[in-house]
Amino acid sequence: MGNRETIVDPRGPIIFDIRNLWAYYGEKPAVKGVTCKIPEKRVTAVMGPSGCGKTTFIRCLNRLHELSPGARVEGEIFLRGKNILEIDPVVVRRRVGMVFQKPNPFPTMTIYDNVLAGYKLLGIKLRREEADRLVEEALRKAALWDEVKDSLHKRGTYLSGGQQQRLCIARALAVKPEVLLMDEPTSALDPKSTAKIEELVVELKKSVTIVIVTHNIAQAGRVSDYAAFFYLGELVEFGPTSQLFTVPRDKRTEEFLKGKFG
Amino acid sequence: MRSILWRKFKDRSALLVITVLAFLPALPLFHILYGIFRLGLPAFSWSFFTHLPTPPGEPNGGVGNAIVGTLMLSMLASALAIPVGILSGVYLSEYARGRFGEVVRVAADVLQGVPSIVLGIVGYLWLVKPMGHFSALSGAVALSLMMLPVIVRSTEEILRMLPYTLREASLSLGVNYWRTVIKVLIPTGLVGITTGILVALSRIMGETAPLLFTAFGNPFWNFNPLQPVDALPLTVFKYAISPYQDWIRQAWGASAVLTLMVLGLNLISRILARRLSGDGK
Repeated sequence: MGNRETIVDPRGPIIFDIRNLWAYYGEKPAVKGVTCKIPEKRVTAVMGPSGCGKTTFIRCLNRLHELSPGARVEGEIFLRGKNILEIDPVVVRRRVGMVFQKPNPFPTMTIYDNVLAGYKLLGIKLRREEADRLVEEALRKAALWDEVKDSLHKRGTYLSGGQQQRLCIARALAVKPEVLLMDEPTSALDPKSTAKIEELVVELKKSVTIVIVTHNIAQAGRVSDYAAFFYLGELVEFGPTSQLFTVPRDKRTEEFLKGKFG
Repeated sequence: MRSILWRKFKDRSALLVITVLAFLPALPLFHILYGIFRLGLPAFSWSFFTHLPTPPGEPNGGVGNAIVGTLMLSMLASALAIPVGILSGVYLSEYARGRFGEVVRVAADVLQGVPSIVLGIVGYLWLVKPMGHFSALSGAVALSLMMLPVIVRSTEEILRMLPYTLREASLSLGVNYWRTVIKVLIPTGLVGITTGILVALSRIMGETAPLLFTAFGNPFWNFNPLQPVDALPLTVFKYAISPYQDWIRQAWGASAVLTLMVLGLNLISRILARRLSGDGK
């Protein structure tokens, strides 16, 4: 369905303009004709029950979806006016970073090298001072600097789960992306670490656009400015979080928010 | 009451039988090791390790050339098999989709089952015949064919064990797949891949059959890979079937050297494997 009245265009500058996006696994569509605009330097939450296509949707935004066997994407995704489906995916992924469900620091690298992985893995040489500055800046942004500044040369995997996730955020931020995609970044974390990440998300939107997938409705309410509700691969409703949470326009959104399914 | 005791008795005796049977496979190994070291270690001496072989009856003969030859053959075979093996393993784990990958995988498994003497014939046909003479290189080629499937399959297994999220982490930073393989996957799986290489090495070091008509043997010092070269298993083979007492004594000595080398490699690969499993900390 996804009729026009339930998809509200955000006010202010737009970073992603998505038009009739279809994503397939083999013959099976996981995202069905999604059309919406993502606002710049805001937090957009993507919600929906398991298997509704929300993760597949954001994996289209950095072209990670097409790496799955048999995966295919149709439609248009304009990033500041350029269709990313026509740009080299490697370039797209430099501009659109991602944080995953489970923290995945590189196990062979130190904290320091993990933060710089986006440069080191590409063989980009940095001057010592520049590297130090980038590391500190990214770790500060990820609210991890104070905890790790004395152990920068220890392995990243020695950190706790919540710290590892913030390390992954720092790693994504270090390459200075325009958008940060977060795929249920707190689902593997304890409540305290979750709260820290949520604070961080709100802080980060000053400098970067965030699209966060969550199946935690309360979390979407706490951190997001805009919210998207997916159901069975369709974008059912999109609009300001306050509006979507208080006066949902679609019955399915209402039922989901009331906890009737999901 | 009696039945409980009876059941306890049955339980205990079952445990006893199992324990004894479990020890059984270890018994021949200990027996072999005991025999080799009892007869082999007395042959060890400075000249045994550093001298060339002497005719029967002449004292101070050694197997220095065979030790050098075995090391040379192992290194040459590794130089051939390791790069090809790792890259094939990477292909199977990361890129192979559909038919061709299956063909490569089955080929590796079949190659592993080919009798080693047949691989010697292959080395003969590929190199000895065209070159017109025996050489270390042809022996190394035959040995590398033995190493190859072990390295291919172990590399594939290790890379498959690495979580997909590790690849995603790298890809999402705008790193292409090939660099992800080289800079992330192989370093992360390095301990496991090395273990596979050492297992392959310890398999080939004791091989005689592939060398019979390739490396052939050579009673003199040779450091040229294009010339025939001696190897410890060849020495053991030649000396053990001879009628001379001091040659037979040296055959035991050479067996002990070979056994120590292989044991050492096994030990290193075990230590590495333990580090691999303990790396989750």
